[in-house]
Amino acid sequence: MAEEREMVNIYIMGKHYKVPYGLTIMKAMEYAGYRFIRGCGCRGGFCGACGTVYRKPGDFRLKVGLACQTVVEDGMYLTQIPFYPANKATYNLEELTPTLGTLLRYYPELTRCLGCNQCTRICPQELSVMDYMAAAQRGDIEKVAHMSFDCIMCGLCASRCPAETVQYNVAILARRLYGRHIAPRAQHLAKRVEEVKAGKFDEELDRLMKMDKEELQKLYNARDIEP
Amino acid sequence: MYTQEMLEAIKIVEQTRERRLKETFPRLKPEEKENLLRSYHPDYKPDATRLVKVGPNAGDKFTHEHADLLESRSMLDPDTFSLENIDFDVDVLVIGGGGAGTSAALLAQEAGASVLIATKLRHGDANTMMAEGGIQAADKENDSPAIHYLDVMGGGGFYNIPELVAALVKDAPLCIQWLESLGCMFSKFPDGTMHTIHGGGTSRKRMHFAHDYSGAEIMRTLRDEARNRGIPVIEFSPAVELIMDEYGQCAGAVLYNLETEQYLVVRAKTVIIATGGSGRLHIGGFPTTNHYGATADGIVMAYRAGARLIYLDATQFHPTGVAFPEQIVGQLVTEKVRGLGAQLVNVEGEQFIYPLETRDAVSSAIIRECKERQKGITTPSGMQGVWLDSPMIDIIHGKGTVERELPAMFRQYKRFNINMAEQPILVYPTLHYQNGGILINDRAETSIPNLYVAGEASGGVHGRNRLMGNSLLDIIVFGRRAGMNAAERAKSVKLGRLTLDHVKRYHEELKKEGLGQKVAPILLPDYRGKIS
Repeated sequence: MAEEREMVNIYIMGKHYKVPYGLTIMKAMEYAGYRFIRGCGCRGGFCGACGTVYRKPGDFRLKVGLACQTVVEDGMYLTQIPFYPANKATYNLEELTPTLGTLLRYYPELTRCLGCNQCTRICPQELSVMDYMAAAQRGDIEKVAHMSFDCIMCGLCASRCPAETVQYNVAILARRLYGRHIAPRAQHLAKRVEEVKAGKFDEELDRLMKMDKEELQKLYNARDIEP
Repeated sequence: MYTQEMLEAIKIVEQTRERRLKETFPRLKPEEKENLLRSYHPDYKPDATRLVKVGPNAGDKFTHEHADLLESRSMLDPDTFSLENIDFDVDVLVIGGGGAGTSAALLAQEAGASVLIATKLRHGDANTMMAEGGIQAADKENDSPAIHYLDVMGGGGFYNIPELVAALVKDAPLCIQWLESLGCMFSKFPDGTMHTIHGGGTSRKRMHFAHDYSGAEIMRTLRDEARNRGIPVIEFSPAVELIMDEYGQCAGAVLYNLETEQYLVVRAKTVIIATGGSGRLHIGGFPTTNHYGATADGIVMAYRAGARLIYLDATQFHPTGVAFPEQIVGQLVTEKVRGLGAQLVNVEGEQFIYPLETRDAVSSAIIRECKERQKGITTPSGMQGVWLDSPMIDIIHGKGTVERELPAMFRQYKRFNINMAEQPILVYPTLHYQNGGILINDRAETSIPNLYVAGEASGGVHGRNRLMGNSLLDIIVFGRRAGMNAAERAKSVKLGRLTLDHVKRYHEELKKEGLGQKVAPILLPDYRGKIS
């Protein structure tokens, strides 16, 4: 396979390698001989381990992508940023109120935002990071929660922030405040939990647990299915 | 971006779509399903397995990939490795920092234990993070734990262990409520009612979700909570061997720091294995949806210490892995796509299976469609697949549904210039889940005193085939149970002298059979110089 493929030149931390065209950055680095310890997690775009920055010849712009989701291009100069030091507040969610005051208490630096938009530009998930940080400064926690929902916490935003904020940690605080204190609780769930605790289903379950395969199979095949 | 040939093939799917929107493909009858599995499911390929020669399951059937690990020797030389210097001394050691391990750690700490999490990669690098579709719980008016029980048993081929299934379905509502109280953002109606949909093999709509980032939302919430509570985590330090004591109790583990290449000795009154599955063994040569570290480490360690394994030869192939574009072959396309109404369609634009049969059946049907009936679609790299007609979702539920309900999927394809709201996507089964594992009881205990297991590393709860949404549930239910019980047990444990004699004995057994040339756990797959 490899022989038939067109090859491209990439530079991993400045070092030249020829790799097959069409591979993701992650697979190209492995093809080049790397065995990851850091910089590789889920390999599916969900975990934020493989944030990568790169430049292409003749272009001053810094580009960004997840190594597992971005295809190599000829001339790419790249490095991974697998870790970036971040300020993480610790709190007892239960005791908090979903207010601007709470956000400011734990992350007072969020008011230092300069509005430079670098966080939005670098986000590999293409989230409007600066806009959700603006919502955070207004105390609109619900908006922060929804706008930041697809965040994979890769940390690239924090790496670029001239105000030294850690956007993704502000965002998870907002999401947990929203989920715990703003979103209405599921009443049907609360009711079912009470029923389970009261042992309402124990007898029926005990009966099923004692059934042999044939009896169970009969019940299973005859069960009605919600449309 | 699709090739011209593929765009032509898509036209056929579009031509039949209007008719298919009104069409329901008949469900399989029990004997049809049985025949389909026996003929096409990869588990039944006669050359897929062999009898393992050593350990508690000697004489039982395992996939070659698992058998290779079980017949390997330890990284440690038990004759010379010293357990004299103890680096960490705790009540509860949790091995694995995914959803099961983190749940266990939270509950163990709540119960008053000193807890340590050791994990191979970062805290949260786990299959939990990648679970998209949702989590089951019977909490709606028309549903009950008993109905959930029946679905689980039927899905598992009635091989499931009843007490484990009962624990799973009874704890389910409690676990959802626990996650809700931790601030997990489940998708809800304005009055707080949870959105719930069908998964393959469910008889009620009980799949709760958080868009299609369900696992990520659960994982990052649990991780944030663990960080708030100051639970110590040692990252990039997988356990490579369990430590026992002179009385035959589990008493800790040896960790290996991947970065400094140093060993660390942890003494613990109880140990919880939450190391997840084994997709990165690429069983049967399949690509996998699994995270980088899914290499069955916990299975290997527990087996050497004498724990029994169950149903490890039952592998779950997720019916809809990416078949195109090539860069992301094998990655997951959540079952929620079918839950929202997308049908599976062959090269002629026709359905060939009811889309929400259990995963083993749908996977087998896709393999049959491609290999036997030759009605698959061939990609430029020569791979076969069938269409998943995702544009049906916006037609059924309204424009914008795909982007709103499946943001991760939509983004994954958009990165490769495919708009799945307007174009169908090409899929083929991918290695997804280890149905079996280390045998536990409903307290998450193994046969080894003081050793607990939770999550994908355990076996019995799902029988030979897990239903969608029962894995996120499993990790929370049994993670919590393991944490609580291990902490409680730790209060009365008296440990004796630490030993690796069990490894010594295992090595002797290997030697007798002429085995033990390879070393396990392998910790990470090796893709160097290859196109993985």
